[in-house]
Amino acid sequence: MNNQNRSFFFNVDYITIFLYLCLVAIGWFNIHAAVYNEDEALINISSNSGKQLIYIIVAIIVAIIVLLLDAKFFLTLAPIFYGITILLLIIVLVVGRNVGGNQAWIPIGNFRLQPSEFAKWATSLLLARHLGVMNTKLSDTKTLLPTLGILGLPVLLIVLQPDAGSALVFISLILVLYREGLSPYFLIGGALMVLLFVLTLLYPKLYIIIGLVLIVAFLIYQFRKHRNLITVFVSGLILSVLFIFSVDFVYTSILKPHQKVRIDLILGKVNDLRGVGYNVNQSKIAIGSGGLIGKGYLQGTQTKFNFVPEQSTDFIFCTVGEEWGFIGSFVVIGLYVFLLLRIIHLAERQRSSLGRVYGYAVACIIFCHFFVNIAMTIGIMPVIGIPLPFLSYGGSSLLSFTILLFTLLKFDSNRMGIS
Amino acid sequence: MNSFFKRRYIIQGIFIFVALVLLGRLYYIQVVDDRYKLSADNNVLRKLIIYPARGVILDRHGKVLVQNEPVYDLMVIPGQVEEMDTLEFCNLIKISKQDFDKAFKKAKNYSPYKASIFQKQLSALTYAAFQEKLFEYHGFYVQNRSVRFYPDSTAAQFLGYIGEVNEKEIEKYDDFYGQGDYIGKTGIEKSYEDLLRGQRGVKNIMVDVHNREQGSFFEGKYDSTAVAGDNLISSLDKELQLFGESLMINKIGSVVAIEPSTGEILASISSPSYDPNMMVGRQRGNNYMKLLNNPFKPMFIRPIQAEYPPGSIFKVINALVAQELGIINPKTYFNCPGGYRYGRNGWMGCTHVHGTINLEQSIEESCNTYYGNTYNRMIDHTGLRPINAYTRWRNMVKKFGIGDVLDIDLPAERPGLIPTADYYTKRFRNDKWTSSYNMSLSIGQGELGITPLQMANVMAILANRGFYYKPHLIKAMGDKKIIKEEYTKKNDAGIQGKYFDAVIEGMSRVVNAPNGTAYNAKINDIEICGKTGTVQNPHGENHSVFVAFAPRINPKIAIAVVVENAGYGATWSAPIASLMIEKYLKDTISRPKYYTDRLLNANLLPGQKKLYFKPSNKKDSTAASEVKRVNAVPLIKPKIN
Repeated sequence: MNNQNRSFFFNVDYITIFLYLCLVAIGWFNIHAAVYNEDEALINISSNSGKQLIYIIVAIIVAIIVLLLDAKFFLTLAPIFYGITILLLIIVLVVGRNVGGNQAWIPIGNFRLQPSEFAKWATSLLLARHLGVMNTKLSDTKTLLPTLGILGLPVLLIVLQPDAGSALVFISLILVLYREGLSPYFLIGGALMVLLFVLTLLYPKLYIIIGLVLIVAFLIYQFRKHRNLITVFVSGLILSVLFIFSVDFVYTSILKPHQKVRIDLILGKVNDLRGVGYNVNQSKIAIGSGGLIGKGYLQGTQTKFNFVPEQSTDFIFCTVGEEWGFIGSFVVIGLYVFLLLRIIHLAERQRSSLGRVYGYAVACIIFCHFFVNIAMTIGIMPVIGIPLPFLSYGGSSLLSFTILLFTLLKFDSNRMGIS
Repeated sequence: MNSFFKRRYIIQGIFIFVALVLLGRLYYIQVVDDRYKLSADNNVLRKLIIYPARGVILDRHGKVLVQNEPVYDLMVIPGQVEEMDTLEFCNLIKISKQDFDKAFKKAKNYSPYKASIFQKQLSALTYAAFQEKLFEYHGFYVQNRSVRFYPDSTAAQFLGYIGEVNEKEIEKYDDFYGQGDYIGKTGIEKSYEDLLRGQRGVKNIMVDVHNREQGSFFEGKYDSTAVAGDNLISSLDKELQLFGESLMINKIGSVVAIEPSTGEILASISSPSYDPNMMVGRQRGNNYMKLLNNPFKPMFIRPIQAEYPPGSIFKVINALVAQELGIINPKTYFNCPGGYRYGRNGWMGCTHVHGTINLEQSIEESCNTYYGNTYNRMIDHTGLRPINAYTRWRNMVKKFGIGDVLDIDLPAERPGLIPTADYYTKRFRNDKWTSSYNMSLSIGQGELGITPLQMANVMAILANRGFYYKPHLIKAMGDKKIIKEEYTKKNDAGIQGKYFDAVIEGMSRVVNAPNGTAYNAKINDIEICGKTGTVQNPHGENHSVFVAFAPRINPKIAIAVVVENAGYGATWSAPIASLMIEKYLKDTISRPKYYTDRLLNANLLPGQKKLYFKPSNKKDSTAASEVKRVNAVPLIKPKIN
């Protein structure tokens, strides 16, 4: 604890801070490019880039405050933070502003708060506290059920908004549980479910079931001496068939029309470049036209002339792709990978499992945003509106990611001291 | 550290794997696949093509034959159209509500954001009325364009017309042209397309997602300005051309007049003709079909495409070739008993019993017997085998520009025909044939084919006494008034100058001696040298042919006139040629009015009763009335003093 008395920057991982600042700076320059107008002054407070500059300053101040606080402060108050965000998630359902079909924003003055952004942080903290303090095995139902409860509550509330993107981010926290001992069958099962879902939408059910039966028959023949495996295979087959028949129900009854079309679009079942396919097509055109080295800073025509919608928020990567080309895309993705690996490195060097769980949660959240967002802009995922961490325009997003990351840095700087 | 430590590598592996998938996809769409770059350009780049003014064509005195006239295309960008008074709009541009809906739907289907033509070629009058209200209609604007305009409606077939390019032409010119561009389709418009079209300019502008202009692309680095097409100066004399056209109204045939000293074509008339303005504008398609279906084929360019056996005018060539071969001379006499007996029982009748006549008289009185004898000597009695003698004769005739295209600067010229020796060998199934097998060649009948242009060119050779310049319609190109080099080269006809004396004397007598075959073409103070011809026509009445040059000393004009189905050369063709010559040389007509009127009013179309002095309105056949419509040109009365 007396480390802190010397300097709050002592023992802080400068590599992570450097990566953070790089991404934030890249974000600002690209937001500036996306809204660039030759006639206006370089920095205009009313423009997106001007506002983002303020957000960045605020975020840095908040980051310093986070570093100044005691690490225990977060852990002790984790249940309270969690409770507040759950409350906010409920409030947003009642008084929230409906923006783009999602009831995700609470207007406060002329600032809009997005509670789901902060819920990620609070949930990660509580998860860390729960798993770290208990220090028990996840194979134990007594540990697992409350864990799933901690994750499930905000997911449920967010799905009601409905905000599929944020819900997906919470689901990605399953990777944390995997690291902490959750059976890999959950991961494999999850991956299989996604695969089956896509296959069911693409091909007739009968073919898929025949295919599954053949695969399982082959596996049973191969492992005929392992009786318990046979049980797993057969139950897996039965579950898969049930899942296949539920896909139709999920697809037609639970998904919203716009979500269905977005999925159809990715699967190539519809081809409507002027209607629902417009966003993704324009986004691909912008990124694709960047070529190897890009068109140069502020030279992007697709983004500058508003061909790409949402270009400073969810589609900020288009500006990167168009103006900086493949090299720019490579650098940005490289920075993210570097950051993610660094976070895992930080997580693994925590002495307490508490810090490690939190670190993995941070990595998973950032990873999920990074992957889903970029995959969406280049047309390999359906359009799911979640921001690109640190790059996208928006106060809530930048602030929540900053708090998320710097809380980890605080833990890390104190790693020797936390019990 | 706990027992699941190794799982960190799996999670790191997932992160790296996903990043690689993203990078792979990015590499594909950014570096490998070019499609997106094109789409991006399509998104923002609008290439505005700036059409240059097409070159103007002037006559030899600088009078305009073809010029450009502005028209106004009404354009629409459907996405920008707001609520408006459709009815008033329709009234202003004179279309029905249905037409409006149809045109608007078409434009909208094409693109809501891109401009398309709403209504083609508003007249200046409509535009003037519409212009004041234009600002009320958002999304509509007017684009200037120019179309061809022929102020005197003359020389339709020679000037040619322009039309929208077709797929073949786009391919042929390596995509120089785009859909909707105009290109010369026939005539001078086609053969001088490269010069007339000028250079198109391109202005690259960028637009935003709402198709609003956002300024120039790379500060206009890729822009180019339009360069107007070169003007052409034609050799045609507009007054002479118009006069000739009026003389040829209601006749089928050709008039070609050449300046012998240059090869410049002074007038070229193909009758029936049509108003070239018919090939411009909204009615173009209908007019084109009308012309195509006309039984008298106004689109057929007779001076360069119609191939006739030349008839008696060919005697002039035979007279010259025979002299050059040393077979006859001006003092060679043959006896004409009223025909020529050849072969076993061949008989070629003559117009009269001429008795003993010499070369000059044979031309003057067009004696068939004389040329039967001459041809017989040229082919059968030279010491060569007849087929070789024939080939030698043929080669000498070909030097007169017959049997091959003269390379006039117009597309689709026909070569004419002089059969080869092989042709006859095949036809007679042996090579032992003699002059008696194709005796009709001696008097220009039989298997010969000569275009009116070639006939006129032969007269230019006579006028020049042995050489010609390639006939051409364009005497100067562009501001520097360049002339094509090939038109400045003398072409030798292979006949020594001294052999022309007797022939020209004979031709002079044709017109100027009281017993000449074309005495009615005589002009008091111009010595015309000419030759009549009557082309046997197996399909109907003979064609009337007259060729001439004038004046005899220092000739200024060589002319050929063919009037189809009009009988003797002297009856119709000679007076027309005579009037043309006088008009060109003196610019006035000295003949009495009835002389000209007879020609102007005559209707010699097939199926017409011969009318010598009065026009008839009674028995117009349908075909004839069709031609009258074709001749939409107001009949131009020649100045008669």
